[in-house]
Amino acid sequence: MLQSILQYIINSLQWGSFYALIAIGYTLVYGVLLLINFAHGDVFMVGAYIAFFISSLLLAEFSGFLSGWTLVAMAIPLTMILTACVGVTLERVAYRPLRRKGAHRLYVVITALMCGLILENGNLALLGASRKKFPDIVDTVVINLGGVVTITNLKLMVIITAVLTFLLLNWIVTKTKIGMAMRAVSFDKFAVPLMGIPLNTVIVFTFVLGSGFAGLAGMLFAMSYPILEPYMGALIGWKAFIAAVVGGIGDIRGAFIGGFLLAFIEIGVASVLPSSYRDLFAFSILLMILWVKPTGLFGVAKTTKI
Amino acid sequence: MQKHTFTIALFLACLGLVGAAQFNVLDQYILTVIMFIGINIILSSSLNIVNGYMGEFACGHAGFMCVGAYISSVLSVVLFTRDRVFGDAWFPPEFAWIGFPVVILIGAAVAALAGLIVALPSFKTRGDYLAIITIAANYMVISVIENMDAIGGPRGFQGMKRVVNSMHDVVNIPWMLIWIIIGTIFSVWLIRRFVSSTYGKGIIAINQDEVAANIMGVNTDKMKIAAFMLSAGLAGLAGGLFAHVYGYVNPQSFNIMKSTECLVMVYLGGMGSLSGSVLSAILFTLLIESLRFIIPGVDTLLHSLGIVPDSYEISQVWKWVIIPMILFFLMQFRPEGIMGNRELPDIFPKLRKYYSFK
Repeated sequence: MLQSILQYIINSLQWGSFYALIAIGYTLVYGVLLLINFAHGDVFMVGAYIAFFISSLLLAEFSGFLSGWTLVAMAIPLTMILTACVGVTLERVAYRPLRRKGAHRLYVVITALMCGLILENGNLALLGASRKKFPDIVDTVVINLGGVVTITNLKLMVIITAVLTFLLLNWIVTKTKIGMAMRAVSFDKFAVPLMGIPLNTVIVFTFVLGSGFAGLAGMLFAMSYPILEPYMGALIGWKAFIAAVVGGIGDIRGAFIGGFLLAFIEIGVASVLPSSYRDLFAFSILLMILWVKPTGLFGVAKTTKI
Repeated sequence: MQKHTFTIALFLACLGLVGAAQFNVLDQYILTVIMFIGINIILSSSLNIVNGYMGEFACGHAGFMCVGAYISSVLSVVLFTRDRVFGDAWFPPEFAWIGFPVVILIGAAVAALAGLIVALPSFKTRGDYLAIITIAANYMVISVIENMDAIGGPRGFQGMKRVVNSMHDVVNIPWMLIWIIIGTIFSVWLIRRFVSSTYGKGIIAINQDEVAANIMGVNTDKMKIAAFMLSAGLAGLAGGLFAHVYGYVNPQSFNIMKSTECLVMVYLGGMGSLSGSVLSAILFTLLIESLRFIIPGVDTLLHSLGIVPDSYEISQVWKWVIIPMILFFLMQFRPEGIMGNRELPDIFPKLRKYYSFK
């Protein structure tokens, strides 16, 4: 009994790590721009594909004389940088012209939604419907924790990465200068340029951070569940977004707690009921949370003035 | 007399359409496209109530369509045909043509009730959070139906063709076309009446400023319930007609992709413009159908020019890249859509002479 509960907790932690890593992308962009970047789930998918191509390339070039973990250590920064480029391109091509024109937020949200569709269907049209198998870079080792539960080295890596990411981001946002600028932009976008803060740099940096961590999540996800398909980003992206909203979008703590909470609920439902009920319960619980706290767990209600 | 020109012309056009279908002037494919235009008009104009007139961002419209489609299909199969799962028909199949509108309306009513799961949280929640609630509602509806094994679950549900065929056995006229024309005109008329009533003015007031509207004495909660339920109900009507045209429904055909299609139509036409929604539904359906022929044409052209290697084939998937692309460019260059929030007579004032709107 204890064993299965511990195993369930470890599985949820791993699954929640993916949600959390993607949710921070939503929450950072929302916090700074008040924009729901609906294309973010597909940026995650693009990240997974980039990770696939980079790992295949690295394996083909260096598989003889470098160990698997070295290759992962090489692939992760490359994937993060390239995915960040995708995110920044989206910002430059789609969102910045609209922002410059001062368009209504809704139009930016619809543009984001459409960018996501273009990414996933474009991928399907270009690469075809056949699924890709992610290469095995590292061998899976099962670690026995005190004879009670087992955990694979990949799961351990995912959980540790998520925790480190959280600490890093928290440090960036609260301690560094650019983090301070990000908070300033989210506080008042119009006064910030008057203070000499380069607005566009801050926004691009936000997109770099968000998309980079989506790329990281894509790489880790592809290593843990090695089948890639163009629509993999859609559902997990929506779920991660929901996690961000439940936590109170715009708050990094909220994104992490929300991600893990959603994973605990989903895996809990799947372990008790048939797994086809997972979506139903996850979304019903989401509705109830929003009913009770309309701005999420960590969200602050804004007062409306006339 | 001049005031009724438009009404008479519309009536004659519909009559001509039905006549052309009856005497096989138009082939089955064109008829199907016309029927989908009708269904899409209902969908886009009904979503326009919430997204255009009320100014909310609801993106789970297909969920209500799904409710309407399933309720009306199951009812019509149970009532009018012999089915393996549900046993004998309750009524003789000859009554199907009377029962059909009732069944569709029941489907619409249940879809309107399902609209409450979005309407009730909308009292406290606005904007982005409400968008999430609508998406969640879409997923919940699909998930519930996928878990009901009696009506096919993820495999889908069929048998509606037999009901349509039993209508043909009684009188052989193009029944589905007639029902869709009636449904389309009914819903456009209803929405026109709704938005120009006191309720409609209240809904436009919510769009401008909800708090101010509330202070000025608009019962915003009541307005929101009315708008969401009407929108969901008409989506259910469209869903019921859609299911009976196809003869087969599958929960996954009402997923977020279908909802996005509805959004594309609303924003293409213009928020808060009924004639814009109608126009964009027509344009959009024709565009999708023409891509079905254009894409293979482009494929052969590029292959014969030698630009694309022989092994690579340009697939129909490009359709789903082109459609988001259209909306993307629309948002960049003309975010208010084709019509903005104007109606057709606002652009061509002379049109006012030809119709009376009471």
